[in-house]
Amino acid sequence: MSEELLTLNKLSVDYKVKGGYLSAVKNVSFTINKGEIFAIVGESGCGKSTIAHSILRLLPEHNEIIKGNIFFNGEDLNEYTEKQLEGIRGREIGMIFQNPLDSLNPVYTTGFQVAEGIMLDNVSKEEAWNRVIKIYNDVKMPDAKKRALSFPHELSGGMRQRVMIAMMISRTPQLLIADEPTTALDVTIEAQILSIIKTLRDEFNTAVMLITHNFGLVAEVADKVAVMYAGEVVEQGTVFDIFDNPKHPYTRLLMKALPRKAKSEGRLQTIDGSVPRLTEINSGCRFENRCPFVMDICKSKDPDRKDVTESHSFYCHLECEVRNNE
Amino acid sequence: MNESPSKEFISSCYKNRNFVLGFVMVLSVIVLAIFAKQIAPFSFDEAHPKDILVSPCAKYILGTDNMGRDLFSRIVYGSRITLQVALLGAGLQLVFGVTIGLVCGYFGGLADRCLTFVADLTWCIPGMIMALAVVTIIGSGLTNAIIAIAIVNWASYARMVRAKTMSIKNQAFIETGISFGEKSIAIMFRYILPNIVPILIVTVSMQLPGTIMSTTTLSFLGVGSQPPSPDWGLMVSEGINFISRGPWLCIFPGLALVYTVFGFNILGEGLRDLLDPRMKSQ
Amino acid sequence: MSEEVIELKNLKKYFAINKGISTKKVYVKAIDDVNLKINKGEIIGLVGESGSGKTTLARVLLNLTKPTGGSVVFNGVNLTKATRNEMKKLRTEVAVVFQDPASNLNPRDTVMNSIMRPLILHGMPKKTARQKAIDSLELVKMDVRYLNSYPHQLSGGQLQRIAIARALVLNPKVMILDEPTSALDISVQAQILNLLLDLQESFGLTYLVITHDLNVIRYISDRIAVMYLGKIVEFGPTEEVINNPKHPYTEGLMAASPIMDPHDRDKEKYIMQGDPGSLINLPSGCHFHPRCPYASEHCKNDSPQLIVLPDGHQVDCHKYAAVKNI
Repeated sequence: MSEELLTLNKLSVDYKVKGGYLSAVKNVSFTINKGEIFAIVGESGCGKSTIAHSILRLLPEHNEIIKGNIFFNGEDLNEYTEKQLEGIRGREIGMIFQNPLDSLNPVYTTGFQVAEGIMLDNVSKEEAWNRVIKIYNDVKMPDAKKRALSFPHELSGGMRQRVMIAMMISRTPQLLIADEPTTALDVTIEAQILSIIKTLRDEFNTAVMLITHNFGLVAEVADKVAVMYAGEVVEQGTVFDIFDNPKHPYTRLLMKALPRKAKSEGRLQTIDGSVPRLTEINSGCRFENRCPFVMDICKSKDPDRKDVTESHSFYCHLECEVRNNE
Repeated sequence: MNESPSKEFISSCYKNRNFVLGFVMVLSVIVLAIFAKQIAPFSFDEAHPKDILVSPCAKYILGTDNMGRDLFSRIVYGSRITLQVALLGAGLQLVFGVTIGLVCGYFGGLADRCLTFVADLTWCIPGMIMALAVVTIIGSGLTNAIIAIAIVNWASYARMVRAKTMSIKNQAFIETGISFGEKSIAIMFRYILPNIVPILIVTVSMQLPGTIMSTTTLSFLGVGSQPPSPDWGLMVSEGINFISRGPWLCIFPGLALVYTVFGFNILGEGLRDLLDPRMKSQ
Repeated sequence: MSEEVIELKNLKKYFAINKGISTKKVYVKAIDDVNLKINKGEIIGLVGESGSGKTTLARVLLNLTKPTGGSVVFNGVNLTKATRNEMKKLRTEVAVVFQDPASNLNPRDTVMNSIMRPLILHGMPKKTARQKAIDSLELVKMDVRYLNSYPHQLSGGQLQRIAIARALVLNPKVMILDEPTSALDISVQAQILNLLLDLQESFGLTYLVITHDLNVIRYISDRIAVMYLGKIVEFGPTEEVINNPKHPYTEGLMAASPIMDPHDRDKEKYIMQGDPGSLINLPSGCHFHPRCPYASEHCKNDSPQLIVLPDGHQVDCHKYAAVKNI
């Protein structure tokens, strides 16, 4: 019985820029199962947001070239027509973004905006409104009726994000893509939003693709994690694999750069150098200019995939057996 | 590679068609003004009593007027007046509008409310009527006309500068400056103003046509430049009396006005295209 | 015996807003009766959510805004009563670094000019100032070739370093850092935090670090002050506040903070309800009572008094008054 919901197969996104191509995403492959929370972590410019947008074809069209497959329930979304994609957006796959104020129309009440989506399924206005109130209660919106009749600017950041989640789950999608959903929110509100996301997974079996740079969130909710660097997935596995047993040098350095202790226990790990310009990369490992374990082969040959366990793999020329305390 | 924002900007200028076209047009007027003596065959008030109202020919390229003065020469010299109007007019409006805008935007409070009220007043009364009223009080003449238009038009600069100032003044580098001891004057003129200059340039190029036309209209109405000044507006006004015998007397000065105004306008559009996306990406 | 560098006594900052046509003034109590003592060489972390007043506190300390009541004493000088000369001197003794790397520097000035400006303002000849700027840049481990660059050509991490270099140039005694690494990637954050610690050690600086990131604050600070709706609700040594929070809000904050280890995730977590609250419609009595799981009638009616526990730990809560019999 296939639990696979979304499978990316060698997805690549190139942007045409002055003087060549910018490889924003290269050969990314991973699978998200039903009801799974899959986190994509990485620093700015690693391509995680590009992946999220390319699934629903929300990239600013004009100059991007997409290669590879995006299999959703067995069908390749890259082959879909615009009309077919419209049928999926909001219904099978929902998406919430970082700044909810930008995503909501300031001149309509929040309830109206959520109801609009519901009514696309040929539901009556009254029934849609009832559903709105019910969903607002599901996402623990305080004073649901009042909020439904309010305008976006009258709500706090946390409430707006709840409206976004409400909008996206109103049609019970199978997959929710959340692009930095809590970055602009206070810590206590962030905790509430995370709790909602967990409830979504538990009650509705919604899978969540969580895009974030915050490892704390990942440790809290993720089932599986993919670590990205300069457009590539360098390591993926269960959340325990990544936190307990990181293999790729970048992941390992990043874990040590997280402030998880007191300063008396020593300085934080830093990574020398900087991310290479994505127009200048040809072949070879993209991390080679910053890797403490770099070898000659890293500069010329693309790293191959090494499987640590069934769930855990990474792309590197080093062997799996490298000890963890190095 | 360490190009200042100005240098990088200049190199992107050449690629914008509007800018290049506008720049060439405005430059041509400037050249006419500077080299008027060399370009014009006659002086602007040189009368040839035997050649009154001659239609365009070899000797007088654009014909002559009712006093036998060469129209072409007068138009060439008139460019100086137009530029004087542009420079002095824009200059006055800028000094006034920018200072008031900075003060309003930075200090807010009572000063802001009073000055904004005054600025709003200038918007309520129709410009021409107000300008005519000013000229009636201070007397006619080109300089006075320029001053009158400046009094009518400074408000748009002030508003724009005020809005920009209010948005910039809360940025971190301003607060940091204050915290290490910068005085208000330094903040306004050393920190905020240089950041407003790009959009100010655009505003000037777009406002200039209006200023030129308004001042010219005053001359046309007889309260601006006085005869025998080769002011283009005045020339059109004088030429109307001879429209059947010498239509060129109205047409060519009019065309000169249109050309100049269009040049500034399109230069402004080019500048706005060039500067706005950078504003957004900044 | 550590000497006191900063003392805040009964500090108040109220903003008056006029509601509609009525002449009745409504006050936003951004800072309400705050008491704090900071010793030389300490790193104090100030944590709070939106509306807590932490940014206003920084601005009062920097004399960017005048307090409505109470006093700020800096190295023995009372800010509100300072003479012109005293003020001028104070300006060289406190420096600030704000959050957004992009707006920390004047976009139209070169790096060199930005760093030199404070020196020239205080009368240093240009040549000496140039040299000092070069020295400063080296202190923050940046190559001197960046001196002629403009801010838009540099990355976030580089811009923050320059902001720090500029802050150091007048030899300050105290640095106020308002979310210094919130806008930065994890690996860059590590570099900046390491740099800040190194500088603090070399120059014996005193830091006030304002942030919402509990992991950063735990790493870098000696003592933590927790703010909520204009009041400091708890203040004590870092490990004490983090592991043994006394105030219910601190408890909630620590619980809400994302964990760094997925193995900790199934521990029973208390999720604090409600929003951070509005400074305009402040709850009566203790400001936290609407969200407090321990709230009693007493809490609704009376504001708690600040209690100082034997180890210097301060708490603003009725729970402890009962225990301490005050």
